[in-house]
Amino acid sequence: MWEFTDDKPIYLQLTEQMCLRIANGTYKPGEKFPSVRDVATEAGVNPNTVQRAFSELERSGIVCAQRTAGRFITEDSDMIYKLRENLAKEHADNYLKKMASLGYSRNEAADFLSKVKEEL
Amino acid sequence: MSIILEARDLTKYYGRDLAVDNLNLTLEKGQIIGLLGPNGSGKTTFIKMINGLLTPTSGMILINGEKPGVNSKKVISYLPERCALPDWMKVKELVKMYGDFFTDFSYDKARTMLSDLHLDENKPYKTLSKGNREKVQLILAMSRQAELYCLDEPIGGVDPAARDYILRTILQNYNEEAAVLISTHLIQDVESTLDRALFLKEGQIVLNDTVDNIREQRGKSVDALFREVFAC
Repeated sequence: MWEFTDDKPIYLQLTEQMCLRIANGTYKPGEKFPSVRDVATEAGVNPNTVQRAFSELERSGIVCAQRTAGRFITEDSDMIYKLRENLAKEHADNYLKKMASLGYSRNEAADFLSKVKEEL
Repeated sequence: MSIILEARDLTKYYGRDLAVDNLNLTLEKGQIIGLLGPNGSGKTTFIKMINGLLTPTSGMILINGEKPGVNSKKVISYLPERCALPDWMKVKELVKMYGDFFTDFSYDKARTMLSDLHLDENKPYKTLSKGNREKVQLILAMSRQAELYCLDEPIGGVDPAARDYILRTILQNYNEEAAVLISTHLIQDVESTLDRALFLKEGQIVLNDTVDNIREQRGKSVDALFREVFAC
């Protein structure tokens, strides 16, 4: 499922959601990447917008274009590991920011997380 | 990309009423463009001039560099806002009529879409519900391999599931040699399928930008911006 919010460009949201799929293994290393048309139809997004998102992924090296065969996800597992870690960092940052707005210090926020983990 | 449509100082008066006010615009192939504006902003008047159904009071409109005429009708697939089909015909007869009229018409496409949307070809057009009539009209328009699709309110009267199907059909049909102009109020539904949004206000273009530029620069959706610009 693809879902888009109102506050950001659609191509950026597509890039983010594709990175997520690569990081969590929905799209596997070395696997063929879907075509522009497939993603456009599935997500209900303009093909030029999808193309722009793909170009961003190519520029970062996460996806490689091969002239005739289409696009493939990188086999570089370090790169995918880093991508996953970066996404995790973003989540952690968000968590810390939200906790700070409730008056929690960074340490308190971290302690709170382990407390919740034990309760579950 | 090559230009399919150009409007130069295009103006249309109905008597003393100004409907389209000195409009300048170029549309390129390979784009899906939303023509957005409140009721009475000139959308349909503009589309009718593109299709040669109204003549400009002044200025001009060019399709592939020519004024509307036989050549432009060959390359424009037009979905009018109101039905212009002979309603006593059966659906399959309408399909045949389109096939006879337009050399770029694909029977295969029409049949696939009719069956996807569960429409019975053997029914007379006038026995169909309002929504199903709109679907038939859209199928006829989208079964052509045109260079410019002019869709005047294509999704206004159909249910949300059919709306999704129609937008997917437009995306599936996308190719770099054709432009699609969609006039609608249902911005939220079409926003992600558009390259570009045109805001029409009192016959003038007040905004002409890509959807992602609008979102990037203003931090809000085209739908939200529309509500702001046209707040009552």
